[in-house]
Parts: sequence; C-alpha cells; structure tokens
Amino acid sequence: MSDGREISVRVSDITVVAKDIKRFRLQPISGALPLFSAGSHIVVSIFADDRRIRNPYSLTSVGDPSGYDISVLKTANSRGGSVFMHERVTKGTELVISQPVNLFPINLSGRKHILLAGGIGITPFITMAHQLASLNQPFQLHYGSRSKERGAYAESLKEAFPDRVFLYRDDEGTFIPIDALLRNQPLGTHLYVCGPEGMINAFLKAGLAAGWPKESLHAERFIAPSSGKPFSVKLVRSGRTIKVDEHQSILEAVEDAGVKAPYLCRGGACGQCETDVVSCDGEIVHSDNYLDPDVRKSGSKIMICVSRLNGFELALNL
Amino acid sequence: MLFSGIKSRPLYATLQPDPFARFNLVLVQGEGVNAAVRLLECAGDQFRMRTTILYAGAAQAADRMRSFQIQRMQFLPTIETLLVRVDGFLATAMMGTRLYTAGTEGFMGQVIQHAGNYFIDHKSIITEHCGSLARRIQCIHCRGATENVTTNVVRCSHCGVDLLVRDHYSRRLAAFMAVSADAEAPGTLPAIEKIFR
Ligand code: FES
Repeated sequence: MSDGREISVRVSDITVVAKDIKRFRLQPISGALPLFSAGSHIVVSIFADDRRIRNPYSLTSVGDPSGYDISVLKTANSRGGSVFMHERVTKGTELVISQPVNLFPINLSGRKHILLAGGIGITPFITMAHQLASLNQPFQLHYGSRSKERGAYAESLKEAFPDRVFLYRDDEGTFIPIDALLRNQPLGTHLYVCGPEGMINAFLKAGLAAGWPKESLHAERFIAPSSGKPFSVKLVRSGRTIKVDEHQSILEAVEDAGVKAPYLCRGGACGQCETDVVSCDGEIVHSDNYLDPDVRKSGSKIMICVSRLNGFELALNL
Repeated sequence: MLFSGIKSRPLYATLQPDPFARFNLVLVQGEGVNAAVRLLECAGDQFRMRTTILYAGAAQAADRMRSFQIQRMQFLPTIETLLVRVDGFLATAMMGTRLYTAGTEGFMGQVIQHAGNYFIDHKSIITEHCGSLARRIQCIHCRGATENVTTNVVRCSHCGVDLLVRDHYSRRLAAFMAVSADAEAPGTLPAIEKIFR
C-alpha cells in the first residue's frame, strides 16, 4: 500500500513450477505477516541495478500463513522486474513488499462462481478456489494454457478439485468454451477472468452480449507501465521538475524524487493514482483500464502508474 | 429531498433497455406506468418480445402499456401479490434476465429486497422513481414498518413513539430509519412538516 508500511521479507525457497514460472516463498524478517483474503496481491519492490521497479503479484499461498508465496512468469520484453526475479534473486535475498491488497475479491453474495484463467492468470484463482471450496460455494475453474509444461498448478488444482477444475491446452486445440459457459447459468452466477488482455476483453464482451449485467463480470488485469521516450514532469504542488526515463513510470520517477503519491495496484486498475493534469504540451498515452473515455479525451486526468506522455513536459497537481 | 448526501440514500435513474438481455422482467407500480411506456417506446420489437410486465395499480392507467406488442402483461391488485408473482419468475430464472422497476421508493425498495433473495445485485436492477416521495420507514425501537409516510415526524403505527424520519436507508429492510423524535426532551417535538410529497 502507499501508506509506507512496507514489509521486509527474505526469500526462503524458490521452486520452478512450470516453464519460465518460479514460485518464491517469502518469510518476514521480523514479526508475522498480515492475513489476506483470496484474490489479494502484494507489490514487490525490485532494486534492479540503478532502478527500483515495483511489480504486483497475486498471493498464491494456501494453508501455512507463516510466509507468502508468489509465482512469477519471466517476461523477456518487459522492464526487467521479472527477469531480475528469475536470474538474480536467490534463496536468502531480501525484498521489500507492500501490505496485501485485494482488488479481485470473491462476491460472496453470489450463488455460483465461474473462474476463468489464461496462462499466468491462474495465480489469483489458487486461493479463490480453495476459499470457495472451504465455504462450500459452488464453483468451476476453467484454465487454459499454451502447453502442458506452461500450465503452472494445473495438476495440483485438478487433484484438489477433480470435478470442478477443467483444463484446456492451445497445443491440443482445446479452449475455454466461453459461450457455452455463459448459457444456462442460474441467476446469481458470477464470472471472474484473469489472463492475457485479449482474453479478458473478449470474455467480458461475451458476458455482456449474453445479457449478463456488468456487476456479475469481474476481471483482474495488471498492466505493466509502458515504455517510451523520456519526458519531464513538473510537480506543481511540490515545485519540482523531474525526468521520466524510457523504462520508468511517472509514479516511479515521482517516488524516486522523494515525493509521495497514492497507489494500490500499480497496474492501471484500481484508480488510486488518478492525478490532475495541469498542462501538457504533447499527447497523453493512456494505458490504464480505469478512466472513462470522456475523461480520457478531455486530457484532464492521468493514471501515473502506467500512462505516459508523448511530448516534452507534463505538469501535474502533485 | 431526494439528494441529502447521506450515502445510503438510494439514487434512481431512468429506465433504459438492455439490448442484450435474454429476458426482461419489468415491475411497475402506480405512476411507474409513465416510465414503462417510455421504456417500451425506445425499445425495439426484439426487446418487447422478450419482455414481461407485472403491474400493480389502477387498471385504466395501464391502458397505455397495452398498445405495445409485449410478450406478456399481468395486472396484480396489490404490491404483495405482485411480489409473489415475482418469486415465481425468479425462482427458475437464468443469467441474462434483466430486472426493471418503476414506481414509488417503497415499491422499488421491496422489489430490490426481493431480488436479493435470488442473488441479484441491486446495482444491476434498472430503476426509475415515479410518483409520490412518501417513505416506507422502520421504527428502530420496535422494528415495525410504517408505509406512506409524508411528514418529517410521524407516530409509529406499531408502538406509538413519535419518530423523526431520517435519510438513512436500509436496503435489507427496504425502509428509511426512523428514531424517537423527543428522546432528549420528552414531549417536545420539532415542527411537523409535510416534506415527502
Ligand atoms: S495505482 Fe491503481 S490505477 Fe494506478
């Protein structure tokens, strides 16, 4: 969270759970970790060389509350946070994490829950499936992955919930049957989707087209901050001008300058980092999933965790 | 009076058709007919063919709804009988069912409360307030409900305490909360005004 109450942890175990996916066990250096609800994530601070990158990861630990588990997919063409986690973090490495935050809670007033995962999007559903099972709530988990060796946790989930977990594999030509799933569900069914952007958009659209109200359709998507040309940002309230590098988000640059700005997800989803634009001499490249199209067009707001400027200078009310 | 700034105070919009819904259940009471007619006017044939209207109120007022080719329309003598009919529909309904309701707050509140028994999120119900602003209240002392309250101070129809009607709304009870009006100084009541017309 952005309240500064960060937690120092040590990596106590690293397990390869699928091709390019490692699970990290994090133990607190002192005290106990806060409890968390199913679907929660933490933000991990990664000090990669000269930069501090903060990435959100869903908590995947079930059972033992003495530590947190996160599962990290190595993505080569990104800002380097996941590569650093894979290549430089070892048993014993110390990391700083945020308090857990839940932007993807189960709607417990529902009657039935359909969880749809694509690839690494399985991570929030591990705790959610266990919570739903322990609450005796009807659920199904449909999980699509590219191949067997990329399907992290597919086997353990199938084993834990044999009648409720359904697996699909691109390389076998099987896909989540979204349209069939949307048909003939009892009133009060909720749908949750996490996976690649294209899958999320397609599934949410299919849900609305099947007549589901938007209140029953839920998605978790964390967008990585986009890279682009450097530009400067004038912080009007603190009277400073700072530079945002190619691979840095505005939020990261603001924090590096010692200025506090609110955030929760750092992935363009929660709305917490919404900031007023005072002036701007270029074009704002919005990459979030939060702002309304009208607000976007007006250019009066920017989500500084992911969006940036294509131009020279942006003045913000910070 | 509809916008007091108290967060629990429900706000209502206007009835708009959801073109994707597989089945529309439109629940209308009294002057809600005006909203239902506007809804049917702007909706296409496809929508009307997938729509059932249940109406509680004066029979002649409903004539204007008859001219539309809708799948089914039923008239019920009271709100209570209408709600029983709603149960019949929702017990077997599937996702893709859309609820619309128009009428007084007390009526819509009971519809929303009922729909909650069938796991329908109140935010997904399309509402339009029509007619009087009279309130359905609950006495926080004896828990009895009193209908059609139009004044800021009212005597509880169950326990007889003089109550001050608040904007604090309970969705679970489908009622505004009302508290003793003279607890501090027994016998001294604020000026009684007719404010919920
Ligand atoms: S921190 Fe959540 S949208 Fe920016």
